[in-house]
Amino acid sequence: MPTGAELRAFLHGLPGVDQVGADERAARLGARSIKTTAKARAIDLAISMVDLTTLEGADTAGKVRALCAKAVRPDPAQPDAPKVGAVCVYPDLVEVAVDALQGSGIGVASVATAFPAGRAPLEAKLADTRAAVAAGASEIDMVIDRGAFLAGDYLKVHEEIVETRRACGDAHLKVILETGELRTYDNVRRASWLAMRAGADFIKTSTGKISPAATLPVTMIMLEAVRDFRDATGRTVGVKPAGGIRTTKDAIKYLVMVNEVAGPDWLTPDLFRLGASSLLNDLLMQRRKLATGVYSGPDHFTLD
Amino acid sequence: MSERLSVRKTYKLYIGGAFPRSESGRSYVVNDAKGRFLANASQASRKDVRDAVVAARKAFGGWSSRTPYNRGQILYRVAEMLEGRRTQFVDELRAGGAAKTAASAEVDAAIDRWVWYAGWADKIGAVAGNANPVAGPFFNLSTPEPSGVVGIVAPDSALLGLVSVVAPAIVTGNTAVVVASEPAPLPAITLAEVLATSDLPGGVVNLLTGRRAELAPWLASHMDVNAIDLAGVSEEAVTDLEKAAADNLKRVLRPGIGDWSAEPGTDRMTAFLETKTVWHPVGV
Repeated sequence: MPTGAELRAFLHGLPGVDQVGADERAARLGARSIKTTAKARAIDLAISMVDLTTLEGADTAGKVRALCAKAVRPDPAQPDAPKVGAVCVYPDLVEVAVDALQGSGIGVASVATAFPAGRAPLEAKLADTRAAVAAGASEIDMVIDRGAFLAGDYLKVHEEIVETRRACGDAHLKVILETGELRTYDNVRRASWLAMRAGADFIKTSTGKISPAATLPVTMIMLEAVRDFRDATGRTVGVKPAGGIRTTKDAIKYLVMVNEVAGPDWLTPDLFRLGASSLLNDLLMQRRKLATGVYSGPDHFTLD
Repeated sequence: MSERLSVRKTYKLYIGGAFPRSESGRSYVVNDAKGRFLANASQASRKDVRDAVVAARKAFGGWSSRTPYNRGQILYRVAEMLEGRRTQFVDELRAGGAAKTAASAEVDAAIDRWVWYAGWADKIGAVAGNANPVAGPFFNLSTPEPSGVVGIVAPDSALLGLVSVVAPAIVTGNTAVVVASEPAPLPAITLAEVLATSDLPGGVVNLLTGRRAELAPWLASHMDVNAIDLAGVSEEAVTDLEKAAADNLKRVLRPGIGDWSAEPGTDRMTAFLETKTVWHPVGV
């Protein structure tokens, strides 16, 4: 376990992010034109990367089951549409989701550690995590303590991630940085490295509960971090932008960025996920447009 | 003093309450009746159709749930704005070849037509709906409801024809994607400017200029369009468009005889209405 001073020295020793340059590069990568067969491939890849998410206070077991049915077969009219990457729910609904997805090969991700605020005693956060894992979650999405991070108490953030990592057991750990609350790109880079050093399997942009959620420049900085982290340590960490990704166009921009910044190694659901709920319908609509040649409409797809 | 340079208007599309250029960046030349250059109009592409349908769908919920009275008031407001643009419309119709008196008469007729339809907003329910006699202890009420997004291929009649197809579609609560007259698109864009400045929510009417033959098939086949008015489509193109429209069971209004000055009747309104029937128990 590093000391607080070591961590601080390391994180503040990371090169700063050129904000204007990062925005510019992200915008330029977003301007690529992906058409016809490449677009068809990108859409299928994006579908297989979707973490189909429902994180509402009003979630019911029925809604989660409906979501799981959609995860297995997103478009009943097109049986060749790939299944999604995972289903993401609150810890108390993990059991329902695991039950509904039995034998489908789709994992259940659960948010934990007092999502979305993360303002709870460490013991409560760990109990939350253990309960989700015990219920069968194969991936845990934890939130970092943004308060401690912004106050400069990196050691506390680090220790919480390490403890949660231990509580996860075999389950994958995704660490949500909540970049919308970190203020600067430098902080995003530091938080990414902090999470990866502490043992994260994935770093995730946002909870989706505050705005701004995932943006292209922030995701680019995180992709640079996982690339550099692999060069430095040999360990490969995944990235998951979440929140605010609603259209196929947006999703394809992210895929282009993954390929250009981190490299084609990351173009797999094992290392890149899109946290979204309404995105899936837009992907399916575009898929049907490519297959049938006519524009489709939201009336022809399920709501959740 | 130096001679003043004229400020010429850029004719653009009208989508979702904004005036964008065509996504394709194309335009086409519009000539006056004598073949002289008049203006460049945007030449919309299928992606503009797609965007317009999205805008119309977005506007449908709000527009259809307004009270008919409120819709009527907004349409009256549009008529007031039309009145204020009278000279501009007359000039545009004259450039299209109409004589001065004929152009003036057409503008009058168009405004009167708009007012006539505006008056129907809170009356069509009484005419197209009914309290049905049933053999049981129920109130049985049929009420007309808007179909949704209506695609309209406007006729060549640049102003009166356009007004006569747009007003009946929206007065009942539908939203519209309109492909303007191909040879005479300028009055349509001026009408869009009127709509944009008269309390009509953005997206209720979306106006595209361009090639009918290019745009109509996309509108007819679009799965999120609920009805299509083929007023401006040539006889030979109708069959194919009807076939395309059948895929999601669109309501189709075939082209009529094309005399736009005749008494319109309620047909154009009822063509884009559906009937909802409610059974309500009596005495409970």
